[in-house]
Amino acid sequence: MSTETGQIDKMGKKMGMWFFLFTEILFFGGMFLLYSIYRYKYSQDFHSGAAEENIILGTINTVILLTSSFTIALSIAAVKKGRNISSSLLQLATILMGVAFLVIKYFEWTAKINLGIYPDSPILLEHAKGEILFFGLYYVMTGLHGLHVLVGVVVISFMLYFTRRETINRENYARLENTGLYWHFVDIVWIYLYPLFYLIT
Amino acid sequence: MKEKYVEDHAVATGTYTAVWLALLLLLAGTIAVAKLRLLAQFSVLGSLLIASAKAGLVLAFFMNLKYEGRFLKVMLTVAIAALTLLIGLTFVDVWLR
Amino acid sequence: MTQRNETPAAAGFYERTGKYRWLIVEWMMSTDHKRIGVMYLMALLSFFSVGVVLGFIIRLSLLSPGWLMGQQTYNEFFTLHGVIQIFLFIIPGIPVAFGNIFLPILIGAQDVAFPKINRLSWWLYVTGATLVLLSVFIKGRPPDTGWTFYAPYSVQTPANVSIAVMGVFVLGFSSILTGLNFVTTIHRMRAPGMGWFRMPAFPWTLYATGWVQMLATPVLAITLLFIFLGRFFGVGFFDPTKGGDPILYEHLFWMYSHPAVYIMVLPAMGIISEIIPVFSRRALFGYAAICMSALGIAVVGYAVWGHHMFTSGMSDTARVIFSFVSFLVAVPSGVKIFNWVSTLYKGSIEVDAPLLFALSFIFLFSIGGLTGLIIGSLAPNLHLHGTYFIVGHFHYVMFGGAGFSIIAGLHYWFPKITGRMYSEKFAKIGWLNLFVGFNILYFSMFVLGFQGMPRRYFDYPPQYHTNHVLSTMGSWFLAIGLIIIFANLIRSIFKGKKAPANPWGGKTLEWTIPSPPSHENFEKIPVITRGPYPYEEEAR
Repeated sequence: MSTETGQIDKMGKKMGMWFFLFTEILFFGGMFLLYSIYRYKYSQDFHSGAAEENIILGTINTVILLTSSFTIALSIAAVKKGRNISSSLLQLATILMGVAFLVIKYFEWTAKINLGIYPDSPILLEHAKGEILFFGLYYVMTGLHGLHVLVGVVVISFMLYFTRRETINRENYARLENTGLYWHFVDIVWIYLYPLFYLIT
Repeated sequence: MKEKYVEDHAVATGTYTAVWLALLLLLAGTIAVAKLRLLAQFSVLGSLLIASAKAGLVLAFFMNLKYEGRFLKVMLTVAIAALTLLIGLTFVDVWLR
Repeated sequence: MTQRNETPAAAGFYERTGKYRWLIVEWMMSTDHKRIGVMYLMALLSFFSVGVVLGFIIRLSLLSPGWLMGQQTYNEFFTLHGVIQIFLFIIPGIPVAFGNIFLPILIGAQDVAFPKINRLSWWLYVTGATLVLLSVFIKGRPPDTGWTFYAPYSVQTPANVSIAVMGVFVLGFSSILTGLNFVTTIHRMRAPGMGWFRMPAFPWTLYATGWVQMLATPVLAITLLFIFLGRFFGVGFFDPTKGGDPILYEHLFWMYSHPAVYIMVLPAMGIISEIIPVFSRRALFGYAAICMSALGIAVVGYAVWGHHMFTSGMSDTARVIFSFVSFLVAVPSGVKIFNWVSTLYKGSIEVDAPLLFALSFIFLFSIGGLTGLIIGSLAPNLHLHGTYFIVGHFHYVMFGGAGFSIIAGLHYWFPKITGRMYSEKFAKIGWLNLFVGFNILYFSMFVLGFQGMPRRYFDYPPQYHTNHVLSTMGSWFLAIGLIIIFANLIRSIFKGKKAPANPWGGKTLEWTIPSPPSHENFEKIPVITRGPYPYEEEAR
């Protein structure tokens, strides 16, 4: 969008991205609502469910995402100083960490699936009602979160391309900044998912 | 009268590093609270409060919210308040049935 | 681009840009808010017509219990009628049609904040609508759950619920992006000198609506996703055998669907606020209160959803709270009604079609609103929930309210959009049929409901027969009225007298540019030096 003089409205674009993140708050919020109600109703079952989670992998994933937020923030700072190469490397690091997160998630999921714990599985249906809900919520919430991570990885890859071509540069970095906002949001969702699924034993 | 365009506040690398270390520290804290049951039956609440502290740091410094205009801060509060209202009123049903 | 008042009507932004060979590609690829708005308008009115036909057939089938269709088919009919009228017509409704065409012009801008996202919204709308309609035509039965898709039935029924729900999901995303676009546009693109309180009332309502679209629609999105996941992966969040609670579905569903009715009606109120000053030659009474009440309705309307669930098994405390807040939301609505009537008082009234429909809005919406108070009260609701009283209520507010407002807007802005005038005579004849038919059709439903006739039933015992017949006959008058109104408008597109830039003497910015507007709206962005309704300055 541009004003009469043809200037790009940076504030407007930033506002648009923040508004989009507000909608994401409500989107994930619906899932957190279900989690909180069912946790209240079945607190014991949720404890036993969480005990079956792999806290080491969960913690590693948390460290990964927190660090990836760090690197993408640094990458934006670098571009603002005109350091496109540093920025590119930092974006690459962010991408790799995003991929690592997804790989670890993949292993977590397959481990559970091999144990016969997945939505509607005969084994899961023999568990207590609260545990059925717990694992349902686990798959849905980490699944949708993972999807958002994947989208983020793809988008940052595009930003990396633009940074290498210098169409993202010290005058023109709104796209990267807004991508960063999205990535930080994805990080924040995980910041809440982590204790709710791994630590409440 | 439009929102003033807040000149991009240049955040020093040192600040980002400090925030990152603080986040890792809080992560350790949240594990301690949960695993060592430091706060007894408030451990869930404690974990969530620490999570909110982490989220707050990410919002304020990585997402630059500390240096943004008042409007964004207000609207973020509105969005969070909306979600809180939704969850809260639903709880009024479930809790008091 | 030069002024085009003298050339044949429908030049302006309709003129071919020459960028694409095929006309339809040129339009579908357009990012011009006016073209997008016109395309939306055509689609909306087409889907509305389909919905009306479905409603007409439903009423026909109720002339005598079960004579025309069986139970299963009836369920599919009212489901489709609801889904089309609500998700394909009235929720996108005014924002995507009149909002798109006029918001930038009303605030003195050349387009919305994100034109390409606007085009994406349009494409998503077409996609979502297609998916919804496919649920009727692909193998398997059309959805039979009602437009509310209540779980667990929606998860279990073999009907084509998944694709319909996917379609609504996509439509929701379209709606979110439109809201985001409009809110950003209003924040960032008002012309120099246009402070918030120099902005006309219609953009104010689009602003409030935009926030509701952004903060409520995602809840519907996740809820629909839960149905989808339930159907495909057996995720049983609302299935009691898997620990789930069906009432939670209702909570999540109505958390969106109540604010959704404000998405429907707030912009409709905005149109009324534009029309009344013009046709009474008076400034909008209590303009600031009108603007703030739009925000008030949006905020309070966020906390009343439980009044759709009074008989579901919710706790008493929750029910009392929801009932109380439901009363509160009537206050800002009442403010608007009083202020519109005060604007008319001692005005110089011209009862042209736009005003006629606007006055009808005030009358019909008031009836709908007052009956809303009845069913918002906890005790009567226990008797009236799930009856025809509800059906009457929401048709009065949605059709009598938002629907009549759309027709008012169509007439008000017809000259600006098409460059031609419609026939006043036929507009008024159509109005008479529509208004009389509407009241016969829907008022009898209050009686039916009070007497205990349940809704969504394909048959009924003999004591309800008379009122059902009366109601159906009302639908015939209504249909005739709609046909006359739309035939008039369609004919006038081709044969209407050429319209000047300002046929009504309006004072808002769209009347300062040609009919139809040129591609970039304004030759020069205006500088605003006054409020939007300076009628008092005219010599009396």
